[in-house]
Amino acid sequence: MTKVPVQFSLNGADIAEFVESGVTLLKLLREKAGDMSAKGGCHQGTCGSCSVLIDGELRLSCLTLAETCNGAAVETTAGLAESGVLHPLQRAFSEGFATQCGFCTPGMIMAAKALLDRNPSPSREDVVEAISGNICRCTGYEPIIQAILAASRANSLSAA
Amino acid sequence: MELRKEYFADERKDDLKEIGQPRIRSDALGHVTGTTTYFADRTLPGLLHLKMVRSPHHHARIRSIDLSEAEKHPGVVRILTSKDVPQNVYTILTLIQVGPEDETVLAADKVRWKGEAVVAVLAESERAAHEAVAKVKVDYEVLPAVLSIDDALAPDAPVVNEYHGRNYYRYDSGECRKVRFGDIEKGFGEADHILEQTYSSAPIEHAPTETTGCIVMPEGNGRFTCYTNTQAMFFTLDNTSIILQMEGQKLHMVGGTVGGGFGGKVDVIVEPIAILGAKLTGRPVSFIYSRQEEMQISSPRAAEKLVIKDGVMKDGRIVARYVKAYIDAGAYSRHSPYGAQKSAAHFPGPYTVPNVWVDSYCVYTNRTPSSAMRGFGVTIGDFALEVQMDKLARLIGMDPLEFRFVNAYRDGDMKAHRQPTEGAALIECMQEASRIASWPVAEKYLQMSSATREA
Repeated sequence: MTKVPVQFSLNGADIAEFVESGVTLLKLLREKAGDMSAKGGCHQGTCGSCSVLIDGELRLSCLTLAETCNGAAVETTAGLAESGVLHPLQRAFSEGFATQCGFCTPGMIMAAKALLDRNPSPSREDVVEAISGNICRCTGYEPIIQAILAASRANSLSAA
Repeated sequence: MELRKEYFADERKDDLKEIGQPRIRSDALGHVTGTTTYFADRTLPGLLHLKMVRSPHHHARIRSIDLSEAEKHPGVVRILTSKDVPQNVYTILTLIQVGPEDETVLAADKVRWKGEAVVAVLAESERAAHEAVAKVKVDYEVLPAVLSIDDALAPDAPVVNEYHGRNYYRYDSGECRKVRFGDIEKGFGEADHILEQTYSSAPIEHAPTETTGCIVMPEGNGRFTCYTNTQAMFFTLDNTSIILQMEGQKLHMVGGTVGGGFGGKVDVIVEPIAILGAKLTGRPVSFIYSRQEEMQISSPRAAEKLVIKDGVMKDGRIVARYVKAYIDAGAYSRHSPYGAQKSAAHFPGPYTVPNVWVDSYCVYTNRTPSSAMRGFGVTIGDFALEVQMDKLARLIGMDPLEFRFVNAYRDGDMKAHRQPTEGAALIECMQEASRIASWPVAEKYLQMSSATREA
């Protein structure tokens, strides 16, 4: 099988790999780059567990071909904490009981980050809309919504 | 809730250090940083991928299996059939006396449900495994199928599972689990009204976000490490040991982190065949359900059919409750004989009824085997019972909540299973519910207590 080179940054670090044409970004992240934070729940773009940011945009890594990510900046939940200090979303999710089985959590947090990056003070409706592509089968949506709102308040406090 | 403090005053102190205090979950940090390790969060050099050839028929005899084209497919390392499995016939609860063994790891002479595993393909990549699966040729003789409880119990129904010889599970108590209490005919004879209704439910899939699967690593010391998301580590260890005829100490099951289970991961389906693949190839093996397999192959909650017949007095007392419960196990037992037993144990619900008759059947059909799910054998029964309670209340023109106060079980009442009621709190829960929901009931119900009966 012909392999193609792919180069991009993952949470600020350079990644350079040869992949089979057609391989997904999710597979590359997990099997080559060693980043297991994005999860494969459906591999058909319906559960949101594989959500990552590509150049700041929320994307489903299970439906994104790795070769289309050349030169891009990819962000995952694994890169959110800086020097061991949790991102406000990570803090809010853990303090607010917004995780149960945890499988949807990394994707949920990336969906929330995409929202807060463009809208630091979202309404409840904005939050619901932002996570509408992410399934929490444990159905802990209310604590998740509250955690995202709490993180946005914490952000605005730290900015003030 | 204040009521709790009143009711359980002698059981709990309020100066507890941990209970009642918010604490961050011990696994939360791993979850929010994406570092919690699920079974699939590992890469192993030389990993093989296992994919199943599955039955396209609900019920069929296997005439022949032709692997010749599939074996030649590039990337295929090994193909497994029933002949490769040391003890191919098993049943999950065999060690707690549920039998006979009635299910094949890989179908041998027959398939009994659409989706049943027939041949396992091990290949270097998922793609090669999928392609080779498509090249396996199975010649089937399609047999008539039974797809509902009623069809399964019809006198001339085809037999679904020869290990049982009939389309229902045989308990030591006979063709069903039975509860006999009081005199049911006398109860119906006294009743002012009799209401018989039939309730039914469809199978329900748990749909965990993380699909069922395992990754197996053959170790240098002859042991196998199996990373699994099972909810039932010891069932998995026992059954794998039996199926593979391998001492338990050679099997190192690693799990405990489950990306959603809800009861859907208590069967032992992926581990034995993946470990067998690792044993026969000497390489690590991954067997992970696709989303489609999770939805259509993994066990759902059983479909149920419940016939409830009640005798009720004009003053609200239920004097007779007769239940026939049918639990659709699908083609194999798995946890359903136990589910049907739980169903029998649950009736007549949290009510004191002097005359009770329950027959609970575990029925075999050519449908996806059902198994555990959140209160299986009980939840659908509760749905049926509480709808029936509302209908009974309407029948006699009584408020549905007051009707439940009249019939609620209380401490000291003899239950239909001949256990005296202890620690009942239904009256108090309904009193609180009445207040919270602003659903007023007469004062005499607010004066009731689970601890005593008024004169």
